Amino acid sequence: MLNTQLVLAAEGAPNPVVPHISEIILGFVAFLLLLWVLRKFAVPRFEKLYEERTAKIEGGIEKAEKAQAEAEQALEQYKAQLAEARTEAAKIRDDARLEAEQIKEELRADAQEEARRIVAQGEAQLQAQRAQIVAELRAELGRNSIELASRIVGEALEDEARRRGTVDRFLAELEASGNGAAGARN
Amino acid sequence: MGALVLAQGDEFVAPGAKDFNLGPIFGEGTFVTKPMVLAVLAAVIVGAFFLLATRNLKIVPTRFQFAAESIYDFGRNNIAREQIGAKDFRPFVPLILALFSFILVNNIFGIIPVIQFPVMSHIGFPLALSVLVVYPVYHYVGFKRHGFVGYLKKETVPAGAPGFILPLLTPIEFLQKFLINPVTLALRVFAAMFAGHLLLLVFTLGGEYLLLEASAALKPVSVVSFAFAIILTFLEALIQVLQAYIFALLSANYIGAALASEH
Repeated sequence: MLNTQLVLAAEGAPNPVVPHISEIILGFVAFLLLLWVLRKFAVPRFEKLYEERTAKIEGGIEKAEKAQAEAEQALEQYKAQLAEARTEAAKIRDDARLEAEQIKEELRADAQEEARRIVAQGEAQLQAQRAQIVAELRAELGRNSIELASRIVGEALEDEARRRGTVDRFLAELEASGNGAAGARN
Repeated sequence: MGALVLAQGDEFVAPGAKDFNLGPIFGEGTFVTKPMVLAVLAAVIVGAFFLLATRNLKIVPTRFQFAAESIYDFGRNNIAREQIGAKDFRPFVPLILALFSFILVNNIFGIIPVIQFPVMSHIGFPLALSVLVVYPVYHYVGFKRHGFVGYLKKETVPAGAPGFILPLLTPIEFLQKFLINPVTLALRVFAAMFAGHLLLLVFTLGGEYLLLEASAALKPVSVVSFAFAIILTFLEALIQVLQAYIFALLSANYIGAALASEH
C-alpha cells in the first residue's frame, strides 16, 4: 500500500512490477494456511487410501494366485486318480477275461468228464443186462430144448451126464455163431 | 472500470496498468482490496474442496472423489514424482499440490464472471509464493542434503565444466540459482496474467466504446471486438491452467535439482 502510494505520487499510475507489501504478506499467510490444511488432512488421507487400495489389489491378486495354484493341484490329483482308475479297470478287465477263460475251460473239462462217465455207465449197464439176458436165455433154452427133444425122441433122457454134455455142446455152438453175429453187428 | 474509462471524455483511453489498481473495496481509508479478498477466497475454496473430497474416501471412488483424486494424482505423480524423483518426492507433495491448486484457482478467477480478476496479476502474490516459499524450501533441502559448502559447490561449479571457464560460469550459476530463478518464477505467472487480463480489457472496453461512442458506421465493428474478447477468454483459460502447471512444475524442478547429487 505504502509502495503503491509512493509510486502513485511519483508517476501518477502504479507500477505493476512493484509489489504491495500487504499482498505479499497476505498471499504468504493464506498459502501457508492452505498448505497446512493439505499437509495435515488431505495428503495423508489420500496416501492412506492409496496404501489401502494397493494392499487390497495386491491381496486380491495373491488370493487369485493361491486359488489358481490350488485348482491346478486338484486337477493334477484328479488326473492321477483317473489314470490310476483306468489302469485298475484295465487290470480288472484282463483278470476277468482270464478267469472267464479258465471257467470255460473247467466247465468244458467237467462236461467231457461227465459225458465220458455217462457213456461208461451206460456201457456197463448194457453189459450187465446183456449178461443177465444171456444167462436167462441159456437156462430157458436148455429147458425148452430138452423138453422138445424128449418129446421128439419119446424117452426121457435119464443119464444126467449125457444130457448135460449134449446141451453144453449145443450151447457152445450157438454161442460161437451168436458171437460172430454180435461182432459183425458191432 | 468501463465507466472509469469513459468518464475521461469522448476520446478512447486504452486500459493500462492503472486498471489493475482497484483500491480498497470497503471505501477510502480501509485496507482490504479485491485481490486480497480473492486470494483468501481461493485458499478457502481449495482447502474446503480437498477437505470435503477426502472426508470419506472409498477404495472404489465416487465421481466427486475421482475428480479430487485426479487433481491430487496430477500434482503428486505428474509434477512432484516426475521432477523430484520417486525416492524423495513424498514430503513435497503437499507443497506442490498447494502451489498448483492455489495458483490455478487464483488464475481462473480471471475468467469467472463477476469476479473476473486474476489475483496473480498483482505481483505481490506470486512473489510471496516464489521468494518466501519455494526459494527457501529448495535451498534449505539442498543445504541439508549436501552440506553448506557441498551444496554451494554443487550449484555453482557444474560438473564437467573445464577449469578456465569457471570464473565466468560460477557467477552466472550463482546469480541464476540464488537470484534469478525465484524472481523469474514469479514474473512468469505475473506477466502472463497481467497481459492476459489487459488483452481482455482492451477488447471488452474497446467494444464497449465502439458500441456507445463511435459513429453509426463503426458501431457494428464492436461485434468483432466482443467476439475477440470471448475467443481470448478461452485462450486465457488455457494459459491460466498452463501457468499454474508451470509454476508448480518449476518449483518441483528446483527442489529436484537441489536434491540431486549430480548437477
